[in-house]
Amino acid sequence: MKFDIVSRRRWWFLISFIILLPGLISMVMQGFNLGIDFTGGTLLDLKFARPVSVAEVREVLKDYQLEGSTIQLALTGSEEQSNNVFVRSHVLSEEERRQVLAGFETKIGAFEVLRVEKVGAVIGSELTQQAVIALIISWALMIVYISYRFEFKFAVAGIAALVHDVFIVLGIFSLLHIEIDASFVAALLTIVGYSINDTIVIFDRIRENLRTYKKSDNLEELVNRSIWQTMTRSIYTSVTVLFATGALYLFGGETTKNFSLALLIGFTCGTYSSIFNASQIWVEWKLREDWRRLEMKTKGVK
Amino acid sequence: MRWGNFSKFLFVVLAILAVTGLYMKPLALSIKQGLDLQGGTHVVLEASDTPEAVVNDDAIKRVVHIIERRINELGLTEPIVQRQGDRRIIVELPGVKDPEQAIEMLGRTALMEFQDESGAVVMTGKDLKDAKAQIDQGGQKLVSIEFTDEGAKKFAEVTAKNVGKHIAILLDKQILTNPVVQEAIPNGQAVISGNRSIEEAERLAILLRSGALPVKVDILETRTVGPSLGEDSKIKSMQAFVIGIVSIVIFMLIFYRVSGFVANIALVLYVLLLLVALKMLNATLTLPGIAGIILSMGMAVDANVLIFERFKEEYRNGKTLRAAMDAGFSRAFSTIVDSNITTMIAAVVLFFMGTGPIKGFAVTLGIGIALSMFTAVTATRFILRMLIHANVIKNGKFFGA
Repeated sequence: MKFDIVSRRRWWFLISFIILLPGLISMVMQGFNLGIDFTGGTLLDLKFARPVSVAEVREVLKDYQLEGSTIQLALTGSEEQSNNVFVRSHVLSEEERRQVLAGFETKIGAFEVLRVEKVGAVIGSELTQQAVIALIISWALMIVYISYRFEFKFAVAGIAALVHDVFIVLGIFSLLHIEIDASFVAALLTIVGYSINDTIVIFDRIRENLRTYKKSDNLEELVNRSIWQTMTRSIYTSVTVLFATGALYLFGGETTKNFSLALLIGFTCGTYSSIFNASQIWVEWKLREDWRRLEMKTKGVK
Repeated sequence: MRWGNFSKFLFVVLAILAVTGLYMKPLALSIKQGLDLQGGTHVVLEASDTPEAVVNDDAIKRVVHIIERRINELGLTEPIVQRQGDRRIIVELPGVKDPEQAIEMLGRTALMEFQDESGAVVMTGKDLKDAKAQIDQGGQKLVSIEFTDEGAKKFAEVTAKNVGKHIAILLDKQILTNPVVQEAIPNGQAVISGNRSIEEAERLAILLRSGALPVKVDILETRTVGPSLGEDSKIKSMQAFVIGIVSIVIFMLIFYRVSGFVANIALVLYVLLLLVALKMLNATLTLPGIAGIILSMGMAVDANVLIFERFKEEYRNGKTLRAAMDAGFSRAFSTIVDSNITTMIAAVVLFFMGTGPIKGFAVTLGIGIALSMFTAVTATRFILRMLIHANVIKNGKFFGA
């Protein structure tokens, strides 16, 4: 008999809870580091001809009452100075932006514009709304499909595992204060798609083994066997997907770093929840139902 | 050992590798690149209602035309002006040299008004037909303006009433120019003098000519990616692509040996077909799109992993190679379909809910899922069959079992 995963299910739930808790607290206490895609604002990503310091940049911004802006240096060897500077401020008009850029040119020197973005607050709130709606719609459709192909209990258990994955990723991004932008939404939905894919493979094996299942058989043992039968596949697939995502994270450049980080975290906990949570929720539910039925019967006898 | 089958197998494998070697790079480069890869400016405009002009379908169509004309004056290659929804317009300007100036030109697309000294709006931009910069004999820099027939009538009335007074032309409630009416002008032709340089006169002419928007338009969003950042992103994502695919190929070879080799051939075919599909759909390759491709490679071998794991089980239960492989394919099939459809649901939702690059990502993810099911099931099966039927390898160990 392989290691019994199913009977230790309460432990797995507890582990998930312990991982989720700090993230949830952080989401409530400090919220998210929302990028301008959500809040609206102006982003300047400039590469100066010579290394500059945050103080220098702030000094220039003072002339335009923008000293409260977020100023970040791109990661380089030295901490204090860098050629590459990000500035995030409230929404600037085209005119204001031109003045600020002209200010940099005269006070600091030549620079190259890597990126300039301005997003109105309207677009930002629409995006948040769309993201939430997209998640809910995809969950609803998945519940419909899984209920049709399997049963409703599988659907709910599978979606519960997905909600868990999404909240872990949200929690970690909140905890570490990593900036969230529009591509984060795409990352979340991809995680959802991948994790359910992973879960379905295990459900599928349980369904197959249930065909030869008799009332006297042990449901926990059956699910445990199903998980172990698909374990090699679960691990191999996670490894190949993590190879791809890891390559993107390490070598894909700054612009997709947060996106692939979300995917890395999401796929990892997606694999965990598929193996340790989804089918265990289903088992828990099934067994409770059986107990209730048994209770009803014994009451009936009395 | 049957040489016929084996040579067929060799032929198919070599053919796939040769076609890929020859066409993958030119194909990948010929796919349209998004602004985040080639650099450029992306602008979202929104029309809004004013007391004078209410947004309707016709007004938006005219705004699109005017913006197209204005962009053509910038002399860019392949600009895109697109309507989105009822009142939004998306403008994409690849490789624009001076994004600030381009945005300013689009940004000044506000409602144009003519006001008399009491501040009453007497005419609007829609009465204006054309405006040109010129220099007269005395070296004066002028902007000559011409009104529509209806505009000419109004202008005649207005000028008759306001001789010796100012008529201000405003764009976005800012005074563009404030000329004095010398005399009543009945023919719909007028000149604005007092420009300091011919450049200034030309700028005013362009603003007048294309500023004649039927409704008020605001800039909601602008995004500019410099050419060097685009180039950098392109190179880095290509590197990530190569490293990703090589590590998956090695992994599959180590754990599934000959079957892994066949799965790798199918993976190569998959990437090739994905590029063909993107090209045929005339899709635009964006950074998230490339991320989608890299990710889908990992998921593409998943179907094969499922099949090969089944094969191993069946083979260990005492089936022959051929029977075990067939059972592996048929038993894994429903799992592959179910698991891919649920992922497809996420991709479809992303496609319909998302905009811009997110949509691009959804397209590559969705096509990727469909194609990977085809290559992993059909192509792998076809090639593996030939190999097994060739009877070259008789030991299941070589298939990873």
